[in-house]
Amino acid sequence: MTGLPPTLAMQTMQRARRARRGVTARITIPLVVLGLFIFGAIAVPMLYGFDPMRTEVLLRLKAPGTTLPDGAFAIFGTDQVGQDLFAQMMMGARVSLTVGISSLLVAGVFGVVTGLVAGHFGGWVDNVLMRIADVQLAFPSILLAILLSSVLGPSLWNVIVVISITNWVVFARVTRSQVLTLRSREYVEAARTLGASHWHIIFRTLLPGCLAPILVVATVEFGHVVLLEAALSFLGVGVPLGIPSLGSTISNGTAYLGTAWWISTLPGIALAALVLSTGVLGDALRDRFDPKLRSA
Amino acid sequence: MLGYTIRRVLLAVFVLWGVVTVVFIIVRLVPADPAVLVAGIDATPEQIAVIRARMGLDQPLIAQYLGYVGGALRGDFGMSYTYGSPAMRLVADVLPNTALLAFLGCLLAVVVSFPLGLLAALRVNRTTDRVITTASLFTQALPGFWVGVVLMLVFSQMLRLLPSTGMGSPAALVLPVVTVALPFIAILTRMTRSGLLEVVGEGYISTARAKGLSERVVIFSHAARNALIPVVTLVGLEFGTLLGGAVVTETVFSFPGVGKLLVSSILARDYNLVQACVVIIAAAFVIVNLLVDLIYGYLDPRVRFAK
Repeated sequence: MTGLPPTLAMQTMQRARRARRGVTARITIPLVVLGLFIFGAIAVPMLYGFDPMRTEVLLRLKAPGTTLPDGAFAIFGTDQVGQDLFAQMMMGARVSLTVGISSLLVAGVFGVVTGLVAGHFGGWVDNVLMRIADVQLAFPSILLAILLSSVLGPSLWNVIVVISITNWVVFARVTRSQVLTLRSREYVEAARTLGASHWHIIFRTLLPGCLAPILVVATVEFGHVVLLEAALSFLGVGVPLGIPSLGSTISNGTAYLGTAWWISTLPGIALAALVLSTGVLGDALRDRFDPKLRSA
Repeated sequence: MLGYTIRRVLLAVFVLWGVVTVVFIIVRLVPADPAVLVAGIDATPEQIAVIRARMGLDQPLIAQYLGYVGGALRGDFGMSYTYGSPAMRLVADVLPNTALLAFLGCLLAVVVSFPLGLLAALRVNRTTDRVITTASLFTQALPGFWVGVVLMLVFSQMLRLLPSTGMGSPAALVLPVVTVALPFIAILTRMTRSGLLEVVGEGYISTARAKGLSERVVIFSHAARNALIPVVTLVGLEFGTLLGGAVVTETVFSFPGVGKLLVSSILARDYNLVQACVVIIAAAFVIVNLLVDLIYGYLDPRVRFAK
């Protein structure tokens, strides 16, 4: 060690290194949790031979950690029709992940294209699209989702459509505002001066510049979308009865709060873990790739 | 300010019209014939035809639309099939309950989150701050309906301290209010903290300190004032959302509010009542939004001139 006091520059470097390490941990840990969820959602229902329609009346409402007569070990107990709660939760995670990813894709593609078009063309096109977005934002999204899914009827595909409809505006707005800052940049001006087609300008010059904020928004929105699906299924207007969603499992458990606390509580914890890890991941990605977006 | 106000009001009127129209379209998408639902399964075709005529369903779509918009302007959404009274009256009956829930929820959130956010900002990057920030991150991830269920489990089933449903006594309000307030407390705490931190770096705060003002005066009358503008906006918006019915919370606790009325009317396929609920909820939301925008424009002149 030299006897010199650390210079300001050294301190700053040290702080930056520590901050970067913090961000790396905030990216790795949620990714591990998400990986476990994806693995569990695929493998566990298969390993357990899970069948959502089966009922085992003798095995109803067994507490977590019970070894069942057939030798199976119910780590999270069984529900009101005697199904293994852990297998059912992982089946629910399947629904959450499927709905989350598909509706983000649908809403993302639609929203991003809308945002690109609105931002690039401006004028009345922009005005019409953004006023539609305003009307949409006047609905609390849960309200629109409940209304639409009650009209369309329960099915996995309808839930995805409904959630996409309530979610595209976020993508459209972020993309549009990014396009507005990009379109006066030299390389975009250059493409325009060279006589590039609208198609070329939109997809080859503007879109690549929008990807980072879009990815950040997608990670943050994933949590909202998963919670919305669970809320819809909880209210009974989400996925149909044969598919165990985390929301409908929680709802079923409310009738047994006095006798079997685990049916409602454990799926909620799983849901919170899923949402929390994507939330943390989204925040960390934002700090890493787009410090300008950093907010509350 | 006048130009800004006029622009905002026009936008709000336009949005309301859009909402009314969208609700009309969505409800017309219903595959089932509402007249058949009202008449019951045993009805003869003649009875159904009579009901269709009485409900105005035999008229062309555009006439139905105009009649519906005209009715909506007068606050008339027709009769509720399930309750047999005007849909609008049913909504108006439960609206005060929801307003009370929304008000108490916001009040609780503000009272709890302001000191927490302030504390976190004053102790930034120390243990206190870390604990508060992490706790609010966790709270935000909790599904609202699940929080309601767990509170019910702990306080009604296990401890038997509070009633779990209805609105019979003040005690019955405690759990719904806490459920509604909890995620909002998390967001508000983070907003208060980051708002204060942003302002504290500004020149006028250094000036205030350099003048020798006490830290208390610097924080409360210099920093907090500007830092809280976005917080005020958020409280306004959340109040608007809650006024529209904490749909899920109200259902969990069987709380007699607009949200619960909406869900039960949807499940009963009582579409006049659905329309009344949705339009009132959206209207409350739009009007509160408008007020927040106007207050914001008044507090922060920069907003008035942005685009």
